[in-house]
Amino acid sequence: MKVAYWPGCVSRGFTPELHGSMARVAPLLDIELVELDRANCSGCGVIAEHNQELADTLNARTFALAQQVQGAELMMNICSTCQGAQGECQERLDANAEYRAHVNETLAGEGLTYEKGLTNKNFLWLLVEEIGLQELRSKVRRPLTNLRVGPFYGCYIVRPRERLGIDREHPRDHYLEQVIDALGGTVIEYAGMRKCCGFPIVTMNKQASLTQAGRHLGDAVDADADCLVTPCPLCHLNLDLQQPAAETTVGRELNMPVLHLPQLVGLALGLEPKELGLQRHVVRPTSVIDWSTSVVGAAA
Amino acid sequence: MAETHKPPETFKLRVRRYDPESGEAPYWDEHTIELEPHRSVLEGILQAKAKHDGSIGIRCSCRAAICGSCGVRINGEPGLACHTHLDHARESAKDGVIEIEPMGNMPVIKDLIVDMDAVHWKKVQRVTPWLIAKQPVPEREYIVPKESMVDITQSMACIQCGACVSDCLAMEVDPGFVGPAALAKAYRFVGDPRDDQQDIRLKDLAEDPQGIYDCTHCFKCVEACPKGVNPMGQIMRLRRIAGSDQHIVDRNNGERHEAALTTLIRDYGLLHEAEIIPRSYGGNSWFGKFHPAAGKELLSSLPTVIKGILRRKVNPKIAIFGHKIPKQDLAAVQAIYDKVESRPQRYELNLYVTGYDEDDEPVPAGVGAGTDTGAASAIATQEPDGPSGAPTTGEGSAA
Repeated sequence: MKVAYWPGCVSRGFTPELHGSMARVAPLLDIELVELDRANCSGCGVIAEHNQELADTLNARTFALAQQVQGAELMMNICSTCQGAQGECQERLDANAEYRAHVNETLAGEGLTYEKGLTNKNFLWLLVEEIGLQELRSKVRRPLTNLRVGPFYGCYIVRPRERLGIDREHPRDHYLEQVIDALGGTVIEYAGMRKCCGFPIVTMNKQASLTQAGRHLGDAVDADADCLVTPCPLCHLNLDLQQPAAETTVGRELNMPVLHLPQLVGLALGLEPKELGLQRHVVRPTSVIDWSTSVVGAAA
Repeated sequence: MAETHKPPETFKLRVRRYDPESGEAPYWDEHTIELEPHRSVLEGILQAKAKHDGSIGIRCSCRAAICGSCGVRINGEPGLACHTHLDHARESAKDGVIEIEPMGNMPVIKDLIVDMDAVHWKKVQRVTPWLIAKQPVPEREYIVPKESMVDITQSMACIQCGACVSDCLAMEVDPGFVGPAALAKAYRFVGDPRDDQQDIRLKDLAEDPQGIYDCTHCFKCVEACPKGVNPMGQIMRLRRIAGSDQHIVDRNNGERHEAALTTLIRDYGLLHEAEIIPRSYGGNSWFGKFHPAAGKELLSSLPTVIKGILRRKVNPKIAIFGHKIPKQDLAAVQAIYDKVESRPQRYELNLYVTGYDEDDEPVPAGVGAGTDTGAASAIATQEPDGPSGAPTTGEGSAA
């Protein structure tokens, strides 16, 4: 399937292995990525905090660019925070025709228009709802047997439920568990899996921020997880890049690798850790997980 | 209402019991009750108390989701026991047994009763929760335009049940955080055109290390609130007025962080990550990173930075120059900034006030496409220069 692909900023900046691994994984899942390379930052909720109309207009611009991609079935995100921030703007734009017209008037300068009703899905949602777990299961070349994986969602993709379309038919707040299971791994549930990583206040209250990260990582350690997986690059920054600092803050050794969602999928589909950029992590998954034994069966 | 005629059914309740004075550890207690499925969890607890164990501690009064007394956690989620149907609660239970616990972030007095005085009410007191009237006080009532009060109706809907406090993730790690309920209450007065102390209230809450900038934006309170108050949204309003309107440069880097991010997107179109941190500490310009505060932070983060570079996590070229969108697109983004930021009145759409277009259900982002009804409702706007500018009904409230 062809998608208008919004990678976000951080996946191309401080977590380049995320964008890179998505590009590797997409062809294996028959996803054609048309990158929205003209689109701007979603504002991650901070621009909306500064000026709501500015955030709504900037994201309407991204939506309009996505709607221009010929043959794309939907827009796809690989960043939970973009998903949530864009979803909030889209909710307002879709709710009120007068407001939408007002925003479109600003976009008209560039010849763009946002039409109500864009479908914007995170890679996680697309995996489960468009590709399907059965299809995903059938593509697994190296099942993650014996790999104990803890999901870490990130706030923006689990709350608020109504805006994110989470309901009985779409248990999107349980998709990570379903995906881990489909890839042959063992789901590890732990207290912090749907809590906040602390990233949004890392510049405002570093102590509280890193206490959050440290506690959730510690919970995962106590639950005997081998690694975590997250669909959010900002969570990744606090959980991986800042993990040594979080260890100091909470006063315990953690050594918990955190994988990006496409990396975990890629491993199971037979890609090599190096192709997926796993060596770029601060807590190297290879330092904790012996791929030769934890992940049974070589790539087909 | 076919539901009301459904015959009574059997429900199982698992109640968290704890009496701190007993010296015993908390434990779970199971009770089977019989009630019509549309009756509330509170009625279930009261039946268990009446028929099986009179010692179960629960606080309640109105039984109609007005008094805010019976806040508990049901199957792990905060809510009002009187506002949750038994059949719905059973559906969300993991093993068919409805699990009822006291709220979090507050000490337990007994069983399902928490100490609201020790936490919630203390925090509400912290924000001076009363009107400090502008002088001279009119002889009779204050007359204000109706539109100017619309914006604060959402925060006025709070019934002080503490559900948001129970689940606040910032408070979980930083118990001193003023918190969602109290900050929503603060906005109730900051947004009130009759209040005389808006700037003092804002400065106080911006400078407090556990004030408006201690919120982690986790949406827990939005989800928890049984009244749609959206406490996090009210905190963002406080930040918007404090930072963007009143330019209160606080010691917590709150205003600088917001200004730096907004400026960087204007300058690059994408986030320049290596600039955002030093600017948040040192000031919103290219020179911000040379400020002593930025230097101090950089020094303390040096191990993290070095590790990032060594692992090639951080591409040196991107770290120094950032990444940009194409020139003509950047110009378009800047045109959007120019147009929106030069408006005499700031546009703000509050869906709690305006609702959704006629015959339109809320469209969850990313699910399906709706049809355009063309109906329009009012747009709330706000003066750009501070809270004194009361929200008014926006241009053309055609419907």
